[in-house]
Amino acid sequence: MRGLHKRFGTTVALAGVDLTVQAGEVHGLVGENGAGKSTLMKVLSGAYEPDDGRMWLDGEPYRPRNPLEGRRRGVAMIYQELSLAPHLTVTENILLGIEPTAWGLLSWPQMRRRAAAALGEVGHPEIPTDAIVGHLSMVQQQLVEIARSMATGCRVLVFDEPTSSLAQTDVRCLFDLIRRLKQRQYAVVYISHFLEEVREICDTFTVLRDGQGVGTGLTADAGVNQIISMMVGREVKDLYPRSRRTAGEVLLEIEGLSGQTKPQDASLALRRGEVLGIAGLIGAGRTELMRAIFGLDAVRSGRLRVGRYSGPASPARRWRQGAGFLSEDRKSEGLAQGLSVADNVTLPRLEGLGPWRLVTPSGQDAASRPWIDKLQLKCQSPRQPVTDLSGGNQQKVAVARLLHADVDVLLLDEPTRGIDVGSKAEVYRLIDELARGDESRQPKAILMVSSYLPELLGVCDRIAVMSRGVLSESRPTDQWDERKLMLVATGQE
Amino acid sequence: MSQTQEPQTEPVAAGRPFWHSPWVKPLARLLALAVVFSYFAVTVKEWRFIEKRNLENVMVQSTVVATAAIGATLVIISGGIDLSVGSLIGLSVITTAWFLKNAPEGAQTPAGVAGYWALLAMLAGVALTTLAGCANGILITSLRIVPFIVTLGSMQVVRGLAKGIANERYIYPPPSWVNKLMEPVLGTSHKWMLLPTGVWIMILGAVLAGLFLRYTRLGRHIFAVGSNEQTARLCGVSLRRTKIVVYMLAGFFAATAGILLYSYLGGTGDLTAGSGYELLVIAAVVIGGGSLRGGEGSIMGTIIGAIIIAVLAAGCVQIGWAKWKQEAVTGGIIIAAVAIDQLRHRRMG
Repeated sequence: MRGLHKRFGTTVALAGVDLTVQAGEVHGLVGENGAGKSTLMKVLSGAYEPDDGRMWLDGEPYRPRNPLEGRRRGVAMIYQELSLAPHLTVTENILLGIEPTAWGLLSWPQMRRRAAAALGEVGHPEIPTDAIVGHLSMVQQQLVEIARSMATGCRVLVFDEPTSSLAQTDVRCLFDLIRRLKQRQYAVVYISHFLEEVREICDTFTVLRDGQGVGTGLTADAGVNQIISMMVGREVKDLYPRSRRTAGEVLLEIEGLSGQTKPQDASLALRRGEVLGIAGLIGAGRTELMRAIFGLDAVRSGRLRVGRYSGPASPARRWRQGAGFLSEDRKSEGLAQGLSVADNVTLPRLEGLGPWRLVTPSGQDAASRPWIDKLQLKCQSPRQPVTDLSGGNQQKVAVARLLHADVDVLLLDEPTRGIDVGSKAEVYRLIDELARGDESRQPKAILMVSSYLPELLGVCDRIAVMSRGVLSESRPTDQWDERKLMLVATGQE
Repeated sequence: MSQTQEPQTEPVAAGRPFWHSPWVKPLARLLALAVVFSYFAVTVKEWRFIEKRNLENVMVQSTVVATAAIGATLVIISGGIDLSVGSLIGLSVITTAWFLKNAPEGAQTPAGVAGYWALLAMLAGVALTTLAGCANGILITSLRIVPFIVTLGSMQVVRGLAKGIANERYIYPPPSWVNKLMEPVLGTSHKWMLLPTGVWIMILGAVLAGLFLRYTRLGRHIFAVGSNEQTARLCGVSLRRTKIVVYMLAGFFAATAGILLYSYLGGTGDLTAGSGYELLVIAAVVIGGGSLRGGEGSIMGTIIGAIIIAVLAAGCVQIGWAKWKQEAVTGGIIIAAVAIDQLRHRRMG
């Protein structure tokens, strides 16, 4: 790809980007949200047409007008949100749109054979071809999606944040597959926020900033800090600030808490002025633990205390008791996408936003403005719908909600998922600030679930690990490292 | 992505295409009404369409649908649907008629039913119908069946209930002041009112409902539930309470519409009163900009939608168009309204 330009109205999303990927190479594409990665890939796949610039595929000029044409020419995208039909079987999904027919009828034996062959190519023939895709695990679904690209004969595979919804072991499985693809001379473009992943799996990389390529090179020669500096355009010194915090009284205490299936018999105590991290694999029951505490999932047994209040309670009660929950899933749970920034921020606490117990729109705006400024949330006005914002800014809306509700206990589930490095650094700084408190505000108590171990080790005072629904005892962060956390998380210890 | 890269210092309104403005949607509705209205104003002979008498008549004809559609707007904003609206209107008509017919001796006067008893009859109709709406809400939230199915069922049940009360016969009660609610006022001594009482009742209901949606916690909760139930729950909104209130209000507005329909029918307890209205009511909400996916809609838009439907109905008759033409045009407008909104959404995304 040479000198690609793309404009949306007055906004320039791409301003002359060059990108070259060889067969048998894995090329990492990194950059903050809004840097133009997704736009670039959409141009590549045919979802957008470039305003300027040219592309070649195998030496031939390549200018797809739509994703279908891109796919026919051999370029496939594997998106963050998988594009499978959950009610159909594995076979049907893999051969969707290219079903072999005989006399106008589907030839089922042939379909199964070809699906099985594609799964074999992916290296996972154990996935049953007749299974309903919706019943498969996340990683299996991803494998089916990749198998589909292979069945259609694609040579260039673009992965867009493929690991953001995968657990650590599944990431390994995906990486093994990408290495296989590389051996078989596929060209792979790998987009990720996780620089460690890029360092591990990619041979070469390109950094995008503000729609321009600002650096490219061999991964082996570049350090993580160097790449980060290129991404944000400045030196990032303290990614994980941790100031002196003083632990106060216990604000959240659970003992022997069990949910419907997970967690089992979990106990922990969280003090004011403390950040407690919960590590573990996806599906270990960390989210379920948070949801049970917050009253979103049923509690089967165990004792539970938030502040002065004992026992299970509804989310409405929890907010009033001074606890707030940040969902890991912004799209389907965290935010009402169609509503405005102000509506989303003020929803848990609409009291006092107008005269006579009424809620005035101007009151909602006024209440959300300080948080918009404080978090440097980029929006045109508090009335702008959340769906217009980028991932990082959406997350800030969700965080602003907790600040507006002014809760003492913050339950943060994957607070940095799917946001760029710059926004991540801001989230870490904010967590530190909240846990420290200042003259005007008391310190908060923060319970934080994350799958990203460096972040837990950087931000938390103590860390507990969840494995198959069982929560380990928490230990001070300096007694952990990534290896130890993984050992406990995978049940080795 | 294009949104996020705009520099923050840019003034809020500049660089923002006009179709992003929150005023576009209601203005587009008004414009549509103006177009339809002017068409008939010009084509109907001798300027008869814009005679005061005729305008009053159009307003009266839109009132029943508009009143019920106020409640339906709340339901649709909350992400639900109420198919039983027509039957609820019927229940209100029949209950009110039954109480008027069965007035005690003391409440009967030579001129008809005494005022206080008429008021009681009306309240009884409203109470029973609101209760039926509330039952819709309770069934939807406790059985966790989608509103479409629950109200499809209750549409039959409520109609049956009304027929049971009426003993499957039309009710012809003696006259009372309820009959006068929808009588034209132009050319009478009540000319100062401009519009019949019933129309004013609809307008009052619309204003109150509009303020309720915009300025109360419950109103904001209805939008939140419709936009994303999971988020609403997470933020401590009681889904159960919100939904029950919404369907109850739908019942209340359907009941009020029923009283007005009873009056419009000249005080007849018509067994089939209100049947088929559910589609007109939903059409009014949709033409008015309500989204069946929830989270979107406005009372103002809905009222304009109901008036558009009434203008079409009256205009087509006066122009001498066949019924089928009128139906086809109404259908076309529904689809066009939704299509234009979709287009606008896509441009914004």
